[in-house]
Amino acid sequence: MAAVIEAHDLRRTYKTTTGVIRRKPLSVEAVRGISFAVEQGELFGLLGPNGAGKTTTIKMLITLLLPTGGTARVLGHDVEREPREVRKRIGYVFGGDRGLYERLSALDNLRYFAELYGVSGRAQKARIAEVLELVGLTGREKERVEGYSRGMRQRLHIARGILHDPEVVFLDEPTLGVDPVGARELRATISELVRGGKTVLLTTHYMFEADTLCDRIAVIAKGLIVGEGTPAQLKRGVADGRVTEVEVFGIDEQAVDRVRALEGVTAVAVEEQDQKQLLVVQTSGERELTQVLLAELEGASVGRVSSREPTLEDAYVALVTRDE
Amino acid sequence: MRYPKLFWHGFVVHFKELSASPFQIMTAAIWPLVFATLAYLMFRAGSGAPSLLYASLGAAVMGIWSTTATSAGGAIQRQRWLGLLELLVVAPAPFVFVLAPITVAIAGIGVYSIASTLLWGRLLFGIDVHIASPGLFALAVPATVLAVGMLGLVLASALILYRAASAFSQGLEFPVWLITGLLVPLSVLPGWVTPIAWALAPTWGMRAMRHAALGGSVLPALAMCAVLTVAYGLAAVLLLRYFEQAARRRATLSLT
Repeated sequence: MAAVIEAHDLRRTYKTTTGVIRRKPLSVEAVRGISFAVEQGELFGLLGPNGAGKTTTIKMLITLLLPTGGTARVLGHDVEREPREVRKRIGYVFGGDRGLYERLSALDNLRYFAELYGVSGRAQKARIAEVLELVGLTGREKERVEGYSRGMRQRLHIARGILHDPEVVFLDEPTLGVDPVGARELRATISELVRGGKTVLLTTHYMFEADTLCDRIAVIAKGLIVGEGTPAQLKRGVADGRVTEVEVFGIDEQAVDRVRALEGVTAVAVEEQDQKQLLVVQTSGERELTQVLLAELEGASVGRVSSREPTLEDAYVALVTRDE
Repeated sequence: MRYPKLFWHGFVVHFKELSASPFQIMTAAIWPLVFATLAYLMFRAGSGAPSLLYASLGAAVMGIWSTTATSAGGAIQRQRWLGLLELLVVAPAPFVFVLAPITVAIAGIGVYSIASTLLWGRLLFGIDVHIASPGLFALAVPATVLAVGMLGLVLASALILYRAASAFSQGLEFPVWLITGLLVPLSVLPGWVTPIAWALAPTWGMRAMRHAALGGSVLPALAMCAVLTVAYGLAAVLLLRYFEQAARRRATLSLT
């Protein structure tokens, strides 16, 4: 099957300056040579921490940014040389509060974008009704967007992005800041898109979302792909290990480094939780390291200690912290 | 047929969006009244009643230009702040047909200033608002709005790369008032100003509206409005082609 989205050694360097009077040029390599392919009808996830290069990658694929190296094609069209051909065939949706004309109704917003995408006047009415139904906004379309909740705005974003029935949809953190019920509804809408035959490239921070939705995932860290596969394959990468979680109060960086240096420890992460921290330690094999671990935390106040099977989040943490 | 429809639809949407802001309307309607008042007082002290309509129309076109100069340069920046610039650029429609309706809608908001200055002049100064050729006047107003809006498009196109572009555009407000003869006739200005004035749409829009209202040859001025509209459009196409590519290279389309 031919790939719908292809990236080969894709690179993007941002050039900027530092200083006020004596300006010095500065180069930031946001994407440092990534390659991947997305098949037709697939929901492909790009996961990575903030600043990893996910949004930069999407922006190159949707023709908003020119790559500084490598190539990318969407539906066979080169994103650098054939931007209009790519633009006709894709939809782009991002998360957040902006991206809509707030003082206009949802209907006015959709009609305007239907014109921009060349949806014929005859087809517009039926298509707008169809997408409103799909995202659950039927009956609210004549209200001004400024009165919409965060979840409704995000659903309107999706309606706008698929109005022209694109073959490929790029979703950049679409559930960002949406409440759990709204996020669940959005996930259902995204699944509906894939069932309808669309190819979707999704970036998200939410592991549960990626695990539930994605057929395949690429994990990006510091501009490079550090892992790729199905959610099950990525989990299997850490499945022969165990995860120990320790609640601690006031752990210092030296103690974390000592734990990280222990033999058999593959990844360590610290999650801030109000007054306490949760130390998440991944170990390889069935090795029991709890006692050794607690010995390294001497001096810190320790709360609950538990052990569990690895999740996609553990696989993700192991991948993005591998070389730290 | 698709692009004229896209242009018209875009104009209606943006005019509606801008008109939904009471602040925008108040600014467009009230700001020119200050200048209209000064002009009425100056002209009344000088050549008498017939010139007051001349001054009133000058102040109205000042309103159209002020709205354009202060907002068109910032049109890109506003779309950027709304988070819409990337969505507009990534649409397959040629960007000139996306941006032109925005700048023309901004100039169109200046029409509120025509209504307010004429009403102000009538109520406070008793100006006889008699239009010599109502049909041609009705043609001159949209022709002026279109031409001034397209000049705003050239400004907006040239400034797409720069996030603080509106400051530059606002700086053009007063010089254009002066050199296009909106308040004082071109004949009293130095000769070197004339070629510059001829290249600027407010000069011809003003002339078309004044001749239609006070008597005189309207069609040559309307023809010049049309020529400048096309010329500005072509310049904008070239500028946008270059600057959109540069913006994709420099990553200046979004806020972050």
